[in-house]
Amino acid sequence: MSSDESNATEPVDATHDDAGHAEQGEEVAEQDVADDVEAAEEPAAEPDPNIVPVTLNGREIEAHKGELVIAAAERHDAYIPHFCYHPRMKSVGMCRQCLVEVDTGRGMQLQPSCMITVSPEMKIETESPTAKRAQEGMIELLLANHPLDCPVCDKGGECPLQDQAYSHGPGESRYVEEKRHFEKPIPISDLVLLDRERCILCDRCTRFADEVAGDKLIHFTQRGNQTQVMTFPDEPFASYFSGNTVQICPVGALTAEPYRFKARPWDLTAEESTCTTCSVGCRVVVQSSRDEILRYQGVDSDPVNHGWLCDRGRFDFEAVNSDLRLTDPLVKTEAGLTPTSWNAALNGAARLITDALAAGGPDSIGLLGGARGTNEDAFAWAQLADALGITYRDAQLGDGLPASILGLNRATIDEAASASTIVLLGPDIKEELPVLYLRLRDAAVEGNSTIVEISSVDTGLTRYAKHSLRHQPGLQADTVQRNSELLTGDDVVVVVGRGNLAESPDETMAALAAVLDANPNAKVLPALRRGNVVGALSVGMAPADDDHDGLATLRAAADGKLELLILLGADPLNDCPDTGLARRALAGARRVISIDTHRSESTQLADVVLAAAAYGEKSGTTTNIEGRVTVLADKVTTTGTARPDWMMAAELALMLDVDGDLVNVSSVDDVTAAIAAEVPAFADVTPAALVAERNGVLAGVVAGTLSDAVSAAGQRNSYDHRLVVGRKLYDRAIGTAMSHSIAKLAPGAAIHLHPLDIDALGASVGDDLQLIGAQATAILPVAANHAVPRGIAWAPFNQDGSVIETLIDATASVTDVKIEVI
Amino acid sequence: MSRLNDSNVLLAHEIIERYPRKKSALIPLLHLSQEQNGWVTPEAMRHLAELLDITPAEVIGTATFYEMFKFEPVGKYVINVCQTMSCALLGSDGLMHHAEQKLGIKAGSTTEDGMFTLEPAECQAACTEAPTLQVNYRHRYRVTNDSFDQLVDDLRAGNLDGEIPPHGTLGRNRQHIPAEKFVGAPDPDDVSDGPVWIPVSVGDDS
Ligand code: SF4
Ligand code: SF4
Ligand code: FES
Ligand code: FES
Repeated sequence: MSSDESNATEPVDATHDDAGHAEQGEEVAEQDVADDVEAAEEPAAEPDPNIVPVTLNGREIEAHKGELVIAAAERHDAYIPHFCYHPRMKSVGMCRQCLVEVDTGRGMQLQPSCMITVSPEMKIETESPTAKRAQEGMIELLLANHPLDCPVCDKGGECPLQDQAYSHGPGESRYVEEKRHFEKPIPISDLVLLDRERCILCDRCTRFADEVAGDKLIHFTQRGNQTQVMTFPDEPFASYFSGNTVQICPVGALTAEPYRFKARPWDLTAEESTCTTCSVGCRVVVQSSRDEILRYQGVDSDPVNHGWLCDRGRFDFEAVNSDLRLTDPLVKTEAGLTPTSWNAALNGAARLITDALAAGGPDSIGLLGGARGTNEDAFAWAQLADALGITYRDAQLGDGLPASILGLNRATIDEAASASTIVLLGPDIKEELPVLYLRLRDAAVEGNSTIVEISSVDTGLTRYAKHSLRHQPGLQADTVQRNSELLTGDDVVVVVGRGNLAESPDETMAALAAVLDANPNAKVLPALRRGNVVGALSVGMAPADDDHDGLATLRAAADGKLELLILLGADPLNDCPDTGLARRALAGARRVISIDTHRSESTQLADVVLAAAAYGEKSGTTTNIEGRVTVLADKVTTTGTARPDWMMAAELALMLDVDGDLVNVSSVDDVTAAIAAEVPAFADVTPAALVAERNGVLAGVVAGTLSDAVSAAGQRNSYDHRLVVGRKLYDRAIGTAMSHSIAKLAPGAAIHLHPLDIDALGASVGDDLQLIGAQATAILPVAANHAVPRGIAWAPFNQDGSVIETLIDATASVTDVKIEVI
Repeated sequence: MSRLNDSNVLLAHEIIERYPRKKSALIPLLHLSQEQNGWVTPEAMRHLAELLDITPAEVIGTATFYEMFKFEPVGKYVINVCQTMSCALLGSDGLMHHAEQKLGIKAGSTTEDGMFTLEPAECQAACTEAPTLQVNYRHRYRVTNDSFDQLVDDLRAGNLDGEIPPHGTLGRNRQHIPAEKFVGAPDPDDVSDGPVWIPVSVGDDS
């Protein structure tokens, strides 16, 4: 009935409720409980201690031990009206709407059903005259101060208050008094607006900010007659997760800037899909009106996102509708890139490929990318590359970790979030994989997990970590070895990613090897950030060896060894940490084919540009960090004549008359089936299985060994600073940069130093500093940052005005810079 | 400077240490900041958030519940005139009107010289002495127009300095708790230790 639940389409897993309430005296084994319900009915079985028999509206039902009355009732088709109760948050009994009659042996009494757990022989009446009268009374009270401006309210049509006023309200009000008045919507952040008149003080948004996000930036203030949700003056609700509050607000009090007044709920059509902005793979519904994507809402996927989304994933649909989308293929002519027909463009591309093959053979062609698209896109192009014998290929551009980490004993997100020890090696999970951050934070705060963090600078999870081991870049393997006693135990999960783009991935890999040395049973969750990077690498875009990976490909291009560079949604100038190398590569490759959704710096340099269908415009599957494959929705028609990447590969295969199955595919399902047939790890990921499993299908892992990596970094000169370049949630990546609501949230380029280091340099905050590296010099304003230890210089990657990348040399193990005041 | 001054920061740390959880010290620290500035300034709230490791939003959420914390500057003397039943029957309306005339301000505002803030108040639990008012929460009973004028004149002249300290002052004696009597930070779940009872040493001027 309420929007957040109705979006979570039908097969609502009852364990959702349980999981959210484990702290309310629940056994940890609640997952098993659901499965045991059937078994308990078999003859002669012992009575299951986890089953609590209760009477609900005269019916005998079996509730779970520790289950809330409201959850048990809903699971048995007795809907109890409610506003503040949310299955993923603690109950607070704030709204009193869920009053029902409960008899625990002392006679029927009105009780808030979100605050009491079932007990044996309990009798529950959700629709008795007394319960109904109480529920009607609550609605009447809630509406006493509610402006009832439904006709101009964004929530109208999907509003739990409106819906329940109809279904459980008295129909008329006896209140004639003046209502509370507040200034109509006031912005509480760049993305969220608050209309306090509509607020029913349910505490959902504030509880979310506190319990789930850990960003207590909104709070009830002026408690009493004037109770209202508010931020501290001048301290906006700048949470990475603020959009969730808009989704769970049971009235129209909170609205999101990107969606306000864009549509009425009854004009929207919706389809379930998966967010591919990063590789957590949160489930969403994509909603559109008149063939335009207008909103994403989170869907509660138990193993992944619990209904939450980050703001970047939630609001970057604006990029799909951007004016800078490529609508038609382009070819380079005298007059620059000009639109052309698909026939001409594909013919042009095919000719570039044949020319390159004739001039230098398959080793003169490089294929980079695939992480932006679907599994099918990456697979089709990888198949084409196989057929042509292309070996230079990679889905990463030196910005991740070697694909060999995918061959390790892989943990699922659930396993990570329930591990007794979670070892974080490398990146700031809050910035790179935001909803994974929510899961791990929850594990530390509500669960029993201990976080051991190994990183160069403080991260979003530092305040939840039991041990934070700081190291100079390049010394992480050593740090691991010296602290190996923290890594032991049976139930250890290592979350490993690339924390520092100004350091060789070997440093992280050596540290990972050291962790696995200390604890060979530890499972590994690869924290690679790019949307479908695990999928692309798994279905054929992984390089055969280090000499043919993304960086090697760019180096070959820079050395003039590549006749043709194919960019499959890859933008080396923005994605590759070593921008100098990227620039030389694009200049050195004789020809460039770019397959992309938007104009980028790299597409401008291409000879043929193939306009690709974007997220929401094409179906297929995607793979998240744990290897979970889910289905994507093609909700709207493609922009212009853009096509999915796999289709281009299939057509090129026909034109080039290559061997293999690629010439036979005619639909995306054919490609999905081909992946299942040909990629061993994806054998179970059949189109049928994907339809049957709402939460997706976990792909298998082809066991492999870690490529040997040795730390090569030495100690830093005491007068130098060692550089750490890390990702922020908002950067210049296409999806963010082309979404105006969130593009402005990017922090911008700066060099962050410990305040004492700034003093030592004789500089003050905001001054321009000169950073002198081995190969270049960069000038950036300095910011004071206590998260950065002394001797380290930290800078965000790929920001507007960013020059830090020019200092990065992909062949160096670490980057030391001399900093001078100018 | 509306953050806590250095000596108050020291005192704040001492207060914080008395509690098993830092944030329990919020109310005492709000008092401390109001004592320092006469009202609770935004900068002070930020400062308290830093000291207590909570967000400024949590500070303001808690603080604004309490009528007696002021979030805008108030006069040196806050005069609350009771408006509830007993006092109303004995002429508090007229008294309030007179007070407005005398001070030249409306109820709810502060004189330009920053000396007086006039406020209506609910029952002050002295109904037998109606009409009543309080100056910085010190009672004045059976107030007449004349005695009100006298009161204001005395306050202006400093005649009552010994009796009525400026708004925000908690008391002239501060209870000093020796370090070994601090509760410290035991595990809140560990209830085996009884509470530490602390003798109140009235008049122990620290
Ligand atoms: S703004 Fe919405 S979610 Fe927040 S307390 Fe008010 S009604 Fe509840
Ligand atoms: S965490 Fe990643 S997958 Fe989830 S909503 Fe954010 S960007 Fe999308
Ligand atoms: S839903 Fe139970 S009190 Fe709000
Ligand atoms: S009514 Fe004024 S003191 Fe009680």
